[in-house]
Amino acid sequence: MTTAAPLTTTPVATTETKKLSAAASAKAKLTSPWASLAAVVLAVLWTIPTFGLLITSFRTTEDIRRSGWWTTFTNPLFTLDNYKAVLDPEQAGANLPDSFLNSLVMTIPSVIIPLCLASLAAYAFAWMNFPGKNILFIAIFALQIVPLQVTLLPLLQLFVAWDIDGTFWTVWLSHSTFALPLAIYLLHNFIKEVPASLIEAARIDGAGHVSIFFRVLLPLLTPALAAFGIFQFLWVWNDLLVSLTFAGAPAISPLTVQLSNLTGTRGTAWYLLSAGAFVSIIVPVTVFLLLQRYFVRGLLAGSVKG
Amino acid sequence: MFTTATTTSQKILQMFAAILLFAAVIGLILFIAGRFTGKRDRAIAALYLGPTVLMLSVGLLYPGLRTIYQSFLDASLKNFIGFDNYVTILSDPEQLTVLRNTAFWVLVTPFVATGVGLLYAILVDKARMESFAKALIFLPMSISFVAAGVIWKFMYEFRPDQGNIKQIGFVNQLIVWLGGEPQQLLIDSPLNTFLLIAVMVWIQAGFAMTVLSAAIKAIPDDIIEAARLDGVGPWGMFRFVTLPAIRPAVIVVITTIAIGTLKVFDIVQTMTGGRFDTSVIANEFYSQTFRSDNRGLGAALAVVLFILVIPIVVYNIRQLRRSEA
Repeated sequence: MTTAAPLTTTPVATTETKKLSAAASAKAKLTSPWASLAAVVLAVLWTIPTFGLLITSFRTTEDIRRSGWWTTFTNPLFTLDNYKAVLDPEQAGANLPDSFLNSLVMTIPSVIIPLCLASLAAYAFAWMNFPGKNILFIAIFALQIVPLQVTLLPLLQLFVAWDIDGTFWTVWLSHSTFALPLAIYLLHNFIKEVPASLIEAARIDGAGHVSIFFRVLLPLLTPALAAFGIFQFLWVWNDLLVSLTFAGAPAISPLTVQLSNLTGTRGTAWYLLSAGAFVSIIVPVTVFLLLQRYFVRGLLAGSVKG
Repeated sequence: MFTTATTTSQKILQMFAAILLFAAVIGLILFIAGRFTGKRDRAIAALYLGPTVLMLSVGLLYPGLRTIYQSFLDASLKNFIGFDNYVTILSDPEQLTVLRNTAFWVLVTPFVATGVGLLYAILVDKARMESFAKALIFLPMSISFVAAGVIWKFMYEFRPDQGNIKQIGFVNQLIVWLGGEPQQLLIDSPLNTFLLIAVMVWIQAGFAMTVLSAAIKAIPDDIIEAARLDGVGPWGMFRFVTLPAIRPAVIVVITTIAIGTLKVFDIVQTMTGGRFDTSVIANEFYSQTFRSDNRGLGAALAVVLFILVIPIVVYNIRQLRRSEA
């Protein structure tokens, strides 16, 4: 996703206790039936594309080629063959089970590493005094605007020089690095909201920076860590550009790369593409549905400061 | 450990090895930091920030500067050619198409996506099943651009209009139902660029809706009540109460989507591969650098992307500051 930026900046509060919002009262008078109709039309428009491909992924190869998915309702015939085909490397011409594993192997460290490093850095920025603190913080904040494209070729050259090109290390290192500026900024916003008296009290009790970090801050940070963790998980799982550059080789390429290649090589084999798309979607959609609350909170995280 | 893992067990082992190695580094940092007692902030800060500063310098700062340098070199990155790559971007007909398409993307996507998101946020506000209705629009946010590209490529699929061949793409079927001729939608330029933009709008509207919905719910009751007592009608309520109150959020949403749109690569790559005059800067960067081995030009395209992002980010931050003040 190119949606790394949303987390930074959102000047809205998240209180949802209001009984009547301006929009609600505007809508109430705005001839409610029409408003409902418009909402339903939009919702249907937004759902049809995914729904159509989902239905298609369960239709027979013959049917997909001969008629549109909307004819299924009058002539229902469903099969799991497309999923069997796309998960069979021999048939699909792409190794989806392997790339599913690759996606997982790439994503997990790429979430853990920046989260830990960013927590430490954010803590240092929020609760320690050292020369050059503000300049360093602004510099890191400013690095957020660097588009990944600017870094890719020199990074690839570095990885070749270090002899780790074509390994998972390239992806772990680059994704972790790219995530740091945003993660530090967000966690810093969150950490500095912790009352200074809490930190002072712990310090008077003789706690050092390490134990303050673990005993006082980490429990308070959990929601922010969850929000950013989910965001980063989806970002890495859904990424194409970084993987294509560093992990394009079939042995380590993730789902996005394999699916993208499939659209090039088997562009009209919709029985494969439809099932393949849903194999790649299943994890992010599950994460989204189960953890929607945190995800939305992550999206609105800029508002943490109020 | 630093070689290419090929088997399942190798991959999983390497992943755990990486996590353990990383945990060991963090553990060492914390252990040393724990040795410092009292207020030795400087030393501890250096330890806490060390890995981050190192990674950002090597992984972002150095490559960024190097790319700027490489943008003045030729295709093989051997000879200095001054501003020639930039001249190419601004004069070569193919590159001009790329710039034109990028302009279409950035001018259309943020406003349409934000408009749809705002409309939907207002329509479903306080409605029955509000969270379900929101989830429907928001779901495209969670899937990859590649999958979104596949989904929409199927929507646009074309079958020639002859004999009893039926359309399988929904958009062409709609055209047929309305009495038109099926079109090769992704081939006709510049229409195809707008059809790709529709995919980005489809994805980003959910983001706009979520943020703006939260902003709408944060408008204080008393303002609404006062306006109501003054007899402000529904349109007036939207125009004079809602819109001014959520203006900072609207600007942030528009600029955020604009930045994301400038960097869009996956959608173009998946749906047309940049053919049929649909390429944009981010996609052109990739093809020039990694496909055509025209590395100097690729670097220049990346720098142009960087330059285009800066004013939007600055504006975004300014607005944020103002809304905080």
